Amino acid sequence: MYTEQVMDHFTNPRNVGEIKDANGVGEVGNMKCGDIMRIYLKVNEDEVIEDIKFRTFGCAAAIATSSKITEMVKGKSISDALKVTNKQVAEELGGLPAPKMHCSNLAADALKKAIENYQANRAKQR
Amino acid sequence: MRKVYLDHAATTRLNEEVLKEMLPYLTEHFGNPSSIHSYGRKARAAIEEARERVATALGAAAEEIIFTSGATEANNLTIRGIARALREKGNHIITSAVEHHAVYDTCLALQKEGFDVTILPVDEYGMVSVNAVADAITDKTILVSIMLANNEVGTIMPIAEIGKLCRERGIPFHTDAVQAIGNIPVNVDNLNVDLLSLSAHKFYGPKGVGALYLRKGTRLSVYHHGGAQERKLRPGTENVAGIVGLGKAIELAVKDLEPKANRIRALRDKLQEGLLAIEHTKLNGHPEQRLPGNLNVSILYVEGESLILSLDLKGIACSSGSACTSGSLDPSHVLMAMGLDHQTAHGSLRFSLGVDNTEEDIDYVLKVMPDIVARLRSMSPVYQGGSK
Repeated sequence: MYTEQVMDHFTNPRNVGEIKDANGVGEVGNMKCGDIMRIYLKVNEDEVIEDIKFRTFGCAAAIATSSKITEMVKGKSISDALKVTNKQVAEELGGLPAPKMHCSNLAADALKKAIENYQANRAKQR
Repeated sequence: MRKVYLDHAATTRLNEEVLKEMLPYLTEHFGNPSSIHSYGRKARAAIEEARERVATALGAAAEEIIFTSGATEANNLTIRGIARALREKGNHIITSAVEHHAVYDTCLALQKEGFDVTILPVDEYGMVSVNAVADAITDKTILVSIMLANNEVGTIMPIAEIGKLCRERGIPFHTDAVQAIGNIPVNVDNLNVDLLSLSAHKFYGPKGVGALYLRKGTRLSVYHHGGAQERKLRPGTENVAGIVGLGKAIELAVKDLEPKANRIRALRDKLQEGLLAIEHTKLNGHPEQRLPGNLNVSILYVEGESLILSLDLKGIACSSGSACTSGSLDPSHVLMAMGLDHQTAHGSLRFSLGVDNTEEDIDYVLKVMPDIVARLRSMSPVYQGGSK
């Protein structure tokens, strides 16, 4: 049902946890559908994602997509990170089962929210 | 790696003795039971012997047993067959919120066709109340269908009392007994039922075969058309080997039922105690009125599919009522009807034990479970006990 890449990210997720001094946090999903993803960002002066971590409640697809996106955007500029789509994350994992494509494939949305949160925090500081 | 199968409510392993009785009917005794030559007569005799065995196990008469492809077909045959047969008497059907989809969705389909369907609520343990059935019955009620034991949480319903009530009011009463056969005593007279569905693969028989018990005098409309098999109620050439397997499987299932159930219950209780010792866990289903092999627990702050896959990686097979495992976006309708919140339903795990399980199986599950739960909770944004 799941690809090897999904199982790999599910069993050995990358970048799990929180960033205590995160300057951007984004959360998507809800308990009704059973997936909640929270992404923590540490963006530096050059607008590059220096560190990224996640916490996810959900199925293997939800955990694997969260893990995968952290790997995909770590070290990238926020403008490049914003270009990553949910579909790309799924493709990088060798695909997801059809029912999972819309319910558990939300990592790019969580990342976008985290970046927006970072941008809002910055605007306040100025 | 150790393999531990704890999903007997989904299906069971075919018993060797059952297979042995079935095999000749796939090869040398291949005749069509409707043929009058010796090949046909041999197959016919085997079917009738199986019918006797099923009837004996249920305390019924042989002519009251109709073989089907399984319980889904038996449930559809019942609900649609009664609805059509008694349409001029009324249009009201009563069922419960925790029925298997084969009953639940069939009732909903009839509702769309204009029938008046009452779906009775259940209490926190998944139990239907006899009084609720009594209150729901009207002059237009033509069928009451309540399961004997729930497939997800194992709660055993007060079927004999509901049956008595229906009998007094002259209303046909059906029970889906799929999960009960071989686990608790099932006698059609003691239970006061007019129709009862069962499926062979839930009690170590083959898949693709089941039966409907139809009490003498109960009217049922034909909904499939074809040959004269199974009193025209289930036309089509019989699944001879499957029917033979069902006959043998039910004979074995009801034999020594009490000692078998007691042994399984003891293992289940041990598993229950061990799992509930993990913090933030909860038992789903009735604490006592429950199938001996059923254990449904919610592991809070984690999601069921993640748990199942993690257990599967350790060789342990079980199931969940989480949305991710139901193939839909909603968690189990059974758990939701019991009033569980979404998180508790998404974190549910069902272990269902069978005759081959051992104490070592349970010890193994209890050994690997705490680490699995801890790992998933450490990733969970809703777990407050984590490193937050």
